This record gives sequence, C-alpha cells and structure tokens, in this order.
Amino acid sequence: MEAARIGAPPAGARPAGLTERSRGERRLAWALCAPAVITMVLVTGYPIGYALYLSLQRLDLRFPTERRFVGLSNYLDVLTSSTWWEDVWNTTVITVLSVGLELVLGMAIALVMHRAIFGRGPVRAAILIPYGVVTVVAAFAWRYAFDPASGFVQGLPFVSDTAAPLTERWGSFAVIILTEVWKTTPFMALLLLAGLALVPDELHEAAKVDGANAFQRFFRITLPLMRPAILVALLFRTLDAFRVFDTVFIQTQGANGTETVSILGYNVLINRVNLGLGSAVSVLIFIFVLLIAFFFVRVLGTSTAQQRGEA
Amino acid sequence: MNRRAVVYAALLVVAAGAGCGSQRGAGGSRTLNWYVFNEPGGAYDAAVSRCNRQARGRYRINYVRLPTDANQQRELLVRRLAAKDPSVDIAGLDVVWTAEFAQAGWIRPWTGPRRAQAIRGRLQGPLRTVEYRGKIWAVPFTTNTQLLWYRKDRVPPPASDITWNRLIDQASRQGKAIEEQGNQYEGLTVWVNALVEGAGSSIVDQRGQVRLDPATTRRAAEVIRRLATSRAAPPGLATNKEDEARLGFESGRSNYALNYTFIYASAGEKKGFQPKIGWARYPRTVAGRPSRPPLGGINLGIGAYTRQPALAYDAALCLAQPANQVIAAEKGGLPPTSETVYRDPGVRKAFPFSELLRTSIQDGGPRPVAPAYGDISLAIQKSFHPESQIEVTAVVSRLRERLAKAAQGRIF
Repeated sequence: MEAARIGAPPAGARPAGLTERSRGERRLAWALCAPAVITMVLVTGYPIGYALYLSLQRLDLRFPTERRFVGLSNYLDVLTSSTWWEDVWNTTVITVLSVGLELVLGMAIALVMHRAIFGRGPVRAAILIPYGVVTVVAAFAWRYAFDPASGFVQGLPFVSDTAAPLTERWGSFAVIILTEVWKTTPFMALLLLAGLALVPDELHEAAKVDGANAFQRFFRITLPLMRPAILVALLFRTLDAFRVFDTVFIQTQGANGTETVSILGYNVLINRVNLGLGSAVSVLIFIFVLLIAFFFVRVLGTSTAQQRGEA
Repeated sequence: MNRRAVVYAALLVVAAGAGCGSQRGAGGSRTLNWYVFNEPGGAYDAAVSRCNRQARGRYRINYVRLPTDANQQRELLVRRLAAKDPSVDIAGLDVVWTAEFAQAGWIRPWTGPRRAQAIRGRLQGPLRTVEYRGKIWAVPFTTNTQLLWYRKDRVPPPASDITWNRLIDQASRQGKAIEEQGNQYEGLTVWVNALVEGAGSSIVDQRGQVRLDPATTRRAAEVIRRLATSRAAPPGLATNKEDEARLGFESGRSNYALNYTFIYASAGEKKGFQPKIGWARYPRTVAGRPSRPPLGGINLGIGAYTRQPALAYDAALCLAQPANQVIAAEKGGLPPTSETVYRDPGVRKAFPFSELLRTSIQDGGPRPVAPAYGDISLAIQKSFHPESQIEVTAVVSRLRERLAKAAQGRIF
C-alpha cells in the first residue's frame, strides 16, 4: 500500500502527503544519486553545453580577432552545403550495410556458440578475438592486406594482381565495411547470444512435437522471443557505426567519396581549427545520433510492451 | 631500446614539470622548451647538447618530442599556442605553417641583428618559407626536396631538362611505373604545387591571397591525369604516401620515383640496391622553364607567450648553426639550409648528390604561404583526387569554388 503510493502518486498529490520516513528515503536517494549526477553533468553536460555555445559563434583559432556571435548561421551553412549531405549519405551506406551484415553473421555465430556441444570456451574465445583488436590496428591490417604493393589479397586466386580497391569509391566502401564487419560482428554475436539464452527450450520441444521444422522454429519462436535483444544489439551498433571515424580515417581519410560526417567534423575542427563551424557539425552529428536512438527506443518500447501484453 | 624509451618517458615527465612550474633550472640556468618532432637519428639530441654546452649556463634547452606525423605536430602546437601556453619557447615549424602561426600571433617576428643572423647565408628556397608579409618569422634549420630517382642499371640517365610528359612516355614504353605520392593527403598538395610552380605560376600571391592562374593549374591537372591513366601509373597511385612509394620503387616495379632524400638512405639498407639507383633533377612541367622542386623542412619559431624571448632567440640561432646542420645531415639525413654547409665533407658523404640537392633547394618552389594553408591544401587534395578521374576542364572552377568557401570559413 505504502509502496504503491510512493511509486505512483495521484495527480496533484503534494509531497507533504508523504510520511516522514518516505521523505527521508527520498532525500537519501537523492544524496546517493548526487555524486553520479554531478559527475555526469561535469564530464558530459559541460562539454556538450560548451560545444553548443561555440557552435553559435564565428570562431577560427587562426583568426582570433574575428570572433563574434553569429546565431544559427553555422548550422545553416552546414545544412545547406552539399558536402554535409554527401557525407550523411556515405555514413548511412556504411552504417546500413555493415550493421545489416553484422546482424546476419552475428546471428549465425550466436547460434553456433549457443549450440556448441564441445569446446564451448575455445569457440567463444576465438570468435571474440577480432573484437579485442584495437580498431586502428584492424584498419591498418586490412588496408595493408588490400595494398597492391604489400597486400596478400592480390595474390589470391580470382583476384587481379593489380587490384587496388582503396583507390576507387565502391572498392573503398567494401574494404571499410569489411573491416567494420570483421571487427564488430563478435560484439553483435555476444549480445544475440544473451538473447538466445532467454528462449526456453520447452517451447522448441513443444513446437517439435507439433511438427514444426527447424526454419519454422527459428522464425516463429526464436526470432520473436529474441526481438528485444536484437533491437538492443542493433541500437548499439547503429549508434557506433554512424559515428565511424577510425577505420575510414586510416583507410581512405575520406578520399574517393567515402568521407563520413565524423571525418568532416575532424577536418573542420582539427585541420581547419574552425571551432565554431566544427562544433556545429559535432552538434548535428549528436542530434542525428539522438534521432536514431529515439527511433530505436520507440520501436523497442512498443515491441516489449506488445510482448508483455501477449505473454 | 627499451631503456631508451624509459629515459624518454622520464624526460617527458621532467619536461612537463618544467613547463608547468619553475622556469629556472636547479643550477640557476633558465630552461627553454624546444617543441619539435622526435628525430630518431639522434641529430636533434646532439644539437641540444652542443648548444647547452655553448650557453655556459645562460640557458638549458629541453627537447620536447612531438610525433613524427606533421598533422599531429601541428595539432599539439596549435592547441598549446591557442591557449597562450608560455612553455612553448622554441617551436619546430613545418615549412607550411609560417603564415598561419604568424597571422594568429602565435610566433614572434625576427628583427634587427637577429634577423640578419637568421637569414645570412641561407639558400633562397628555405628563406621563402619563413617570409610572410615582408617579415621574417623563423630561422630555417633543415630542409628537404624531392629528386628524380631512377634505376641506372635499367635505364639511361634522364636528360637534365626532361619534362613530365617525356618522362611518362619513356616509362610507359619501358612498361615500368613512376612512383609518386597520390594519396589524398599533404603529399598530393606537394605534387600539385611543384607542377604549378614549374609552369611559372603560384597558387597564392605574395600577400597570401589565392591567385590560381587557370592555364597553369590546368597544366598541372593534365600532367597528373596523364600519369594516372598511363601505363606508367603505379598500382595504388591514389593511395601511395612516401613510404608506400619507396616500397614500390624497391620492389622493382618502377624505373623512376619522385621522392625525398630518404630514398637513398633506405636503399642502403636493402642489399645491393643502392648502387642501382641514380638521381636527377625534378622534371619540368613545361619545356623551356626550369623545374621548381618541392620544399620541405623545419624552421624554428619563437613562441609568442614565452617569458624569456631574448634567450629563446639566441637558443634558436644556436640550434640552427651550420655545425648542427652538418650533424642533422649525417645523423638524420636532413639537408642543410646554409649554403656553405654543402661543402662540408661529412655532408658530401651523406649526400653524394649534394650539388644537385643544393641547386634543387635553391630553386625550390615553396607551397602557398597563406594563413589558411590547411584549408587551401585540403581543397587542392579534394580537387585533384582520385588522379585518374580528374576532369581537366572542370578542375579550376571546382578548386576555385572550394577555396572561396574556405576563405569564407564555410564547409567544402
């Protein structure tokens, strides 16, 4: 009774209506949360706020005397430039293709790891190795692998000896996406494995008794029950993939029409030291990430609610 | 090796301490920080200890090592100087940063007798890289240029007045490549600039304003596209940086390479390869006009916020003295900026091509001296990459459009 009142106070109820004890508990809760909240505000809130503030100014470190407040003109400039939208498109291509491939491969690997009867530990460890490799190192490794002077790929059968995928656009996309997929599929697989563990074996057995074949069981039982896990995995990977920087920076530096929004932000902020314009790019990337997260959480929220309703 | 790393780490910690805290060393001498890239041959260490000896306690130079990648060096220096860091007493500046650092007020101009001392006896090429708006902003220390390296065991020496077009024709006939740096990075700007300068023009004028003569810019685009689409194009031209190009040259796939002097030192490490390579002057963009080879190198500037400018100027002059240039040539393979140093026997031994090197540097065409150099370079790289798909007729307008946006501080 008491707990219900604290959990969901009726509209218009005043805190004064709480007992002395629950008010004390609430104070204690705030006090316990405070250090975390303050730390979060300091380490994430402040930089974000400062970036917002900078993005409203003309501020180029090379021309310190020309600093002035320009309102939203930096945003206008970014959003009306064709470069920004090309980069958004490039980023979307990389994100959609790499996350899509990772989902399919990750699911396959998760099923293998789930069903592995012997050598479970070694199998899981082996699959996780690429995820333990530093992204920059992985990017270099694949860049050198495809390099016509030093790479091994050109020596493989059915590959032209002079193939140089990193010198043209779709070849570059292919190598970048391959690197991303190679590197982060284990992460996807791990999240999906956790989801697989939630599917009760009894359901499969019951379906088997009813005559369902393996495909039917996978698509009718496993997938629907794993939906929350899949969505969480997709959300994490999409947010990561949209901010892709290291792989592209190492392999093409944005050349051949593979520039992503993060590379654009780097060029403006670090190379051109234009803090105003660069902050506007960063804030826009942040907003895109928020939109992606919002989309996923809405989808995720409704789906889990549906499942609860069905259960 | 490991012990050296530990010593370096310890030095860095000490340096950081010196930078933040006291400006006076234990012995009463003043510490001056020299921020410059980590020179692996030990040449800069030798220069520092020589100057510390010669200073007899007036000052003590502390060598603060920056990464070898030029972009990262600039990032670190810009961050410190934009935040008015007084610990930057002497800064090792890549030749293309002069105008940017001067315009932003991050380095001090050189005037009076010190200016005279800084420029006395220096080669023309490096001197052009320290001038901005009629003032001298740094003392040239070491420089570099590209030569035309060729396989003398396979092909005859290129004519001294060879043009890019003839070189491409020859290499195509031989069925071997010409190594160039075509990745979308600073090296591509170096190539474009050398071609534009060689055609008798410059990308920017004396005041740092973009000039961009259409005919010469198109000429540069023609040459680059011609190589990229010819049989002489190395595989992966569009991804090559200096080291990939060197590997390509050493692999035997090419008869020619346009690259810096480290090619010679590297060739010495590959058994039997050094005697096979010859050298010639950078090819001409147009017949009848001498080439303007690319220029690289390090100038020493004085930080605007140093608390001891007088000592810093003296120390920079000491570091850039001829004796230290000899060591830099011998230990680091870095060509000198002072004309007389090229007659030194040690330098002649390090560079058997020292006379060609001296004239190439003397005639070198510097990259644009402009405060927004980073923007200009980025715009050039984006407009000339990938090389095989350059639209020669559209390249000038594309580049101009990007440069105009860059000048207005907009996205391009």
